[in-house]
Amino acid sequence: MLEIKDLCVSYGAIEAVKGISLTVNDGEIVSLIGANGAGKTTTLHTITGLVPAKSGSIVYDGHDLLKTHANKIVTLGMAHVPEGRHVFTRMTVQENLEMGAFSLKDQSGLGKDLEMVFDYFPRLKERRRQLAGTLSGGEQQMVAMGRALMSHPKTILMDEPSMGLSPLLVKEIFNIIVTLRKEGITVLLVEQNAKMALSIADRAYVLETGRITMEGKASDLLHDEKVRKAYLGA
Amino acid sequence: MTDQIIMFISQLFSGLKIGSVYALVALGYTMVYGIIRLINFAHGDFIMVGAYVLMLTIPAIVAAGLPAWVAIVPAVLVCVAVGIIVEKAAYKPVREKGNSMTALITAIAMSLLLENGAQAIFGADFQTVPTIFHLPSIAFGKLKLPGDTLLTIVLGLIIMIGLQLFVKFTKQGKAMRAVSEDKEAAVLMGINVNSTIALTFAIGSGLAAVASLMYCAAYPQVSPMMGAMLGLKAFVAAVLGGIGSIPGAMIGGIAIGLVESLTKAYIGTITGGVITSAFSDAIVFAILIVVLLVKPSGIMGKNEGEKV
Repeated sequence: MLEIKDLCVSYGAIEAVKGISLTVNDGEIVSLIGANGAGKTTTLHTITGLVPAKSGSIVYDGHDLLKTHANKIVTLGMAHVPEGRHVFTRMTVQENLEMGAFSLKDQSGLGKDLEMVFDYFPRLKERRRQLAGTLSGGEQQMVAMGRALMSHPKTILMDEPSMGLSPLLVKEIFNIIVTLRKEGITVLLVEQNAKMALSIADRAYVLETGRITMEGKASDLLHDEKVRKAYLGA
Repeated sequence: MTDQIIMFISQLFSGLKIGSVYALVALGYTMVYGIIRLINFAHGDFIMVGAYVLMLTIPAIVAAGLPAWVAIVPAVLVCVAVGIIVEKAAYKPVREKGNSMTALITAIAMSLLLENGAQAIFGADFQTVPTIFHLPSIAFGKLKLPGDTLLTIVLGLIIMIGLQLFVKFTKQGKAMRAVSEDKEAAVLMGINVNSTIALTFAIGSGLAAVASLMYCAAYPQVSPMMGAMLGLKAFVAAVLGGIGSIPGAMIGGIAIGLVESLTKAYIGTITGGVITSAFSDAIVFAILIVVLLVKPSGIMGKNEGEKV
């Protein structure tokens, strides 16, 4: 379980996150929606230690993440698929995936894990020897997700997986997120595509300029008048 | 074989030898640049540090009945320590607080600190390093090649290939490539970025120590400023090859070595004495300017749109 309490994050004088609290229970898909600049990515970055918090607490399975070195967080079973994919462009697809397993002490299951990722994303198998930088955006998103899976995560943080992808690919990616949950993986999903996010999430939080303004069951928010007007364009 | 051909081949080998030394030093520049986008101007001075360690430890090692080249062990240890200390004490704090310009100036400051520190301790004069190798020349017909020349070339080649394999296939090598490309993503993979950077400095400085052994075997003199010109030429080699690229540093180093050796030997004859061999350094830097004009990213470099 991931529990965030009264989290504040600043970049210099600019307060990006102003005291948010949220919970992600095991096995849930929880979505964090909101406009550009609302603080969604900052929240994820703070969870995995890429950005320091100013105050508040983040506890994951009993571990205080704010006191955990950023490079140790993946060993607690938390993977982060960052916004903009951040694949290693000058490495091959397979090398990228192997980097995902970097934190595992036992590297003997590497071959089996690769096959598992290729089952999710058959296209990556064809392209395993290709440099990741030469892939399309959708394929890079698959690499980034596959790379996260290689670390045997219990929880995956996903930042804008639909960004820049065709509607067909977005559907494919979201189907896989649903499958991952069925496999027992907890997902915290940050999305600007609120409609897609709410359609697969169990619960959701709406973030506005650093504060949580609404929360509840995703299906309720999907039909909420204010959410529909602000985020669903209807 | 005519005498001219023999002379040409021995010049070629002498160029390969000094080129291997440049390549070893250029690798240090290029690896550090690759990982933190910093030109470590103090890197040339690591060679000087290594050379002084050789000068100081060889007599004791020989007295103990060991071959002189065993001094490479303390030289590597000291250079690695100096490299890591410079990174941790000077570059890391500046990197976290300042920008790339402050880091660059800090690197120049570190270079001056090492040079003047050496001068304060050892004085400004040249001092002699005891003979390192006692190798016989190897004769191919009338062509005689000094043993240390061949050794330098072979050793340089082995180290370069080994380094390339290390970076390509080992876990730590892959971590270095990951950090060099995307630090945030590397952290998310569980890579300790700071220790990976320290490892890069350690390898670069260790190579500088090997370079100082090979250099002192050929030119057995040390002085506080010896690393400045050597480092500058190796830097040119790294830029020529494409800074950030390991094969590029090797190619650049060998190319600079060959150009230097061949211009020294032939430029006087070719130009009828107008340009003398004293211009060989000028020619090396002229090459840098031409390369920067024609292909700014270097022979093996990638266009990244970001230049120092």
